[in-house]
Amino acid sequence: MKLKSVSLFEFLIERAIQVAGISAIVLVALIFLFLIKEGTPAFFEISLTSLFSARWYPIEDYFGLLPLIMGSLIVTIGAAVIALPLGLATAIFIAEIVPSWAREILKPFVEVLAGIPSVVIGFIGMLVFAPAIRVALDIPTGLTAFTGVLLLAWMALPTIVSVAEDVLDAVPKTYRDAGLALGMTHWQVIWRIVLPAGRSGILTALMLGVGRAIGETMTVMMVTGNAARVPLTPRDFFMPVRTMTATIAAEMGEVAQGSPHYHVLFAVGLTLFVITFIVNMAAAMVVFRQTKRAERMLS
Amino acid sequence: MLSRQNSQRIAYILITLAALVVVLPIFYIVGYIVVQGASAINWEFLTASPRDGMKAGGLLPAIVGTLLLTLGTAIVAVPIGVGAAIYLSEYAGDNTLTRAIRIAIINLAGIPSVVYGLFGLGLFVIFLNFGTSILAGSLTLGIMTLPVIISTAEEALRAVPQSFRLVSVSLGGTRWQTIRRVVLPQALPGIITGVILGLERAAGETAPILFTVAAFFLPRLPQSIFDQTMALPYHLFVISTQVPGMPIHIQYGTALVLLFFVLSMNVLATLIRRHYRRQRVW
Amino acid sequence: MDLDVKIRIENFSLRYSDGNESLRDITFDVYANQVNVLFGPAGGGKSSLLRAMNRLNDLTDVVDLQGRILLDGEDIMQPDYDVIALRRRVGIVFARPVPLPMSIYRNLTYGLELAGITQRATLDEAVERSLKQAALWEEVSDRLGESAYALSGGQQQRLCLARALALQPEVIMLDEPTSGLDPISTSKVERTLQDLKPHYTIVIVPHSVQQAARVADWAAFFLQGELVEHGDGRAIFTAPKDSRTDEYITGRFG
Repeated sequence: MKLKSVSLFEFLIERAIQVAGISAIVLVALIFLFLIKEGTPAFFEISLTSLFSARWYPIEDYFGLLPLIMGSLIVTIGAAVIALPLGLATAIFIAEIVPSWAREILKPFVEVLAGIPSVVIGFIGMLVFAPAIRVALDIPTGLTAFTGVLLLAWMALPTIVSVAEDVLDAVPKTYRDAGLALGMTHWQVIWRIVLPAGRSGILTALMLGVGRAIGETMTVMMVTGNAARVPLTPRDFFMPVRTMTATIAAEMGEVAQGSPHYHVLFAVGLTLFVITFIVNMAAAMVVFRQTKRAERMLS
Repeated sequence: MLSRQNSQRIAYILITLAALVVVLPIFYIVGYIVVQGASAINWEFLTASPRDGMKAGGLLPAIVGTLLLTLGTAIVAVPIGVGAAIYLSEYAGDNTLTRAIRIAIINLAGIPSVVYGLFGLGLFVIFLNFGTSILAGSLTLGIMTLPVIISTAEEALRAVPQSFRLVSVSLGGTRWQTIRRVVLPQALPGIITGVILGLERAAGETAPILFTVAAFFLPRLPQSIFDQTMALPYHLFVISTQVPGMPIHIQYGTALVLLFFVLSMNVLATLIRRHYRRQRVW
Repeated sequence: MDLDVKIRIENFSLRYSDGNESLRDITFDVYANQVNVLFGPAGGGKSSLLRAMNRLNDLTDVVDLQGRILLDGEDIMQPDYDVIALRRRVGIVFARPVPLPMSIYRNLTYGLELAGITQRATLDEAVERSLKQAALWEEVSDRLGESAYALSGGQQQRLCLARALALQPEVIMLDEPTSGLDPISTSKVERTLQDLKPHYTIVIVPHSVQQAARVADWAAFFLQGELVEHGDGRAIFTAPKDSRTDEYITGRFG
C-alpha cells in the first residue's frame, strides 16, 4: 500500500490555521495599542479637571467629557431598563405561550429586526418617530434622549430576546413538570420556577443588551439631537443629549490629525473600548460560572 | 386578591402586548419605507450615476460601492475567520492560549462600530498610508465581522458528529485530511449561513466606513482599491441629514434599496439554513 | 499447534485522566489467522485495548501508558512509529455503524483516497472485492451511488466492515459489531468472520458470552482492567481455570 505521510502542503495549511487562530488576540491587542497610542496624548495636552468639566465645545478648546459620558449613560441605561422587560416578555411569548407553528414565524421576524441597519432606524426615527414624539409630548423638539432611549431599546431587543430564549429553553422540563404537578398554573410555573432558574442567563442578556446599546452610533446620532449638555434633571430626559459614540462619528471627519481634539476623540474611543470590554467580560464570567455550576449539579 | 386564573390572564395579556410592541414596528418600518420609497425606484435610479448634487439621477456608485465593500469584507474576514474557527474546533487544546483566544473574540465582538472606524482611520488610513480607500474600508469592516464569522463557523464545525472524525482517523486519515474531506463539507452550509449574516451586518454599517472609505459625491465608479467610494448606508445618512432640499422620496428610495439589499441577504441565509437542515443525515 | 503470533502485548498498562477503563499489566498474544476474542463485563478495558492496537487512543486523554505492543515484532508504541500506516494495517469496526455521509461507493474508497490512490480501475476493484468479502455485494452492487444511509442497520455495519477491508489490512478488530443488529444480520457477520479468517487476523470484542463461545478460536477474559485468563477458545468456555471466569460465563455476575 502506498504510504502518504504528512506532506509539506498539509504542514503549511496547519500552520496557517494556527496563525488564524491567534489572529483574534493579535487584533485585539493591535486595536487597544492604537487607541492608547493616539488617545493618551490627550491626557497630557488637556488637564484632567478640564477633561471632566461639563463643557464640550471643541472649537473653543473646551473638552469636558462629562456631558458625553452622561449622555451615553442615560441613553444606555434607559434603553436597558426598557429593553429587558420587553425582551424577556417577548422571549416568554415566543418560547412558552405561542404554539410551535407561530414560533417558526416569529423567530425569523426577530432576526429581521436584527438585520435592519442602524442608519435606517435612525432615518425613520428622525423623520417619523421624533416628530410624533414632539407633537405627542408637546416639547420643542423630538430629537431627545427619550427618543434615543426608545429606539435603542428596540434595537437591543433581538440580542436580549435570543439570549433569553436560550435561557428559557435550557430550564429542564422536570422543573416545569414539578410545578404543574403541584397544581400551579402555567404562568405561575413561568414566574416562580422558570424565570428564577434562568436568573443568571437573564442577567447575561441584560449585560449583552447594554453592551449593544453603548456601542450604537448612527441611530443616536440621528435622533438624540446632538447637544452636548449634561442631563441633570428629569426634564432633561426630554431634551437633546449627545453620546460618546455620536461625538466621535460627528467630529472625527473635521479634526486636524494630531491636534488635541483628535487625541481626545481617540481617548473617548479608548473609554468605549474599556467599558465594552468590562461589560462583555462580566457577561462571559456569568455564563462561565453558570456552566460550571450546571456541570457540578449534573455530575 | 386576584385568583390564580385571573393573574395568569393578566400576565398573558401584558406579555402579548409587549410582544406586539416588539414585533409590529418591524412591519411598520419596512412597510412605511416600501410605500414611501417605491415611487423613487425606477431603472434610472438603480443604474445611473447621481446628478445635480445628488438631487437627481441614480444610486449606481453607492450600490456598486456597497457591493465592493461587502466583497472586500468577505475576502478579509472569511479566510481568517474560518481558519480560526477550524483551529478552535479541531486543533485547540484546553489551555490558557485557547482561553485567551476566546476572550479576545468576545472582546472583538463587543467593540462599538465607531471605535472600529477610529482604529481603521488610525492604522490603515494614516499609519499604513492607504488613505481613505476601499482597501482601508474593507480591512476595517473585515476585522469587525471576524468575531461573528468565527463564532458561527465554530458552532457549525462542532455540530459535525465526532464519530465521523473517529472513522476517518481509523482509516488512516491525518487531522487535516479528516477536516478537508468530512468535517468541513458537512459544516459548510452552517458556515455559509454565518458568513452571509456577517456580511449582511457589514453591508449596513456606517460608522466604520465614515472615516475610512466613504465619499459623498463620486459620479465615477472607483477604479482601484485605493480609491474612495460611495456606499449606501453612508449615502442615506448624508442625504437625510446634510443636504438641504433633498427630495423626500429619493431619501426613502435610498433607504428602500439599502433595506432590500440587507434583508435579501437575511432571507438567503435563512433559506440555505433550512434547505440543508432538511437534507442532513445526522 | 504451530501458530504465528501477529500481535504480542507485553506488560501493557494504560490509564485515562478520569480513571475509567484502565488496563493493568496485560500480557498475551494475538494469533495470526485466528479469531481472537476479548470478553468480559463492561468497563473491563477491552475496548481500550483494541484502540491501543491501532493507536486510536492517541485521540483520547491517556495519562499513563507503559509496556509494549508488538506488531510483527515492532513496538507500535514508539513515538516515531508510522501511525498512519499502522491504521491501514490494523482496521477497526465500531459498535454502532457509522457510515460516512457519502455514497456507498465513496464510503468504501475513502480510505484508499486518503492513501493517495485515485485510479478508477483500482478503486472499482477494491469496492467489489471488499463488498464480496463482507457478503454485501449482491445486495448493493446496483446502487453504489446511493447514500450509505439508505441501507438498513445490518447492511450499514457490513458496509463498515467492507470499508475497513478495502484497505486490505492484516488485522481486523471488531468492537461489539453486532450489538445493535437483529439475529439474522448477526449470524451473517459471524459467518463472514469465519470466511475472513484464512486471510486476516481477527480480534473481536463480542457483545455476549454466547457470541464469544460461538466464534472464539482463542479467548481472553478481562475483568476491571486485569487479564484474568486466556487460552484456547473451546477450553476456556467449557473448563475455565479461574473461578471468576467461571462465574462470569455462567452468569453469576455480568
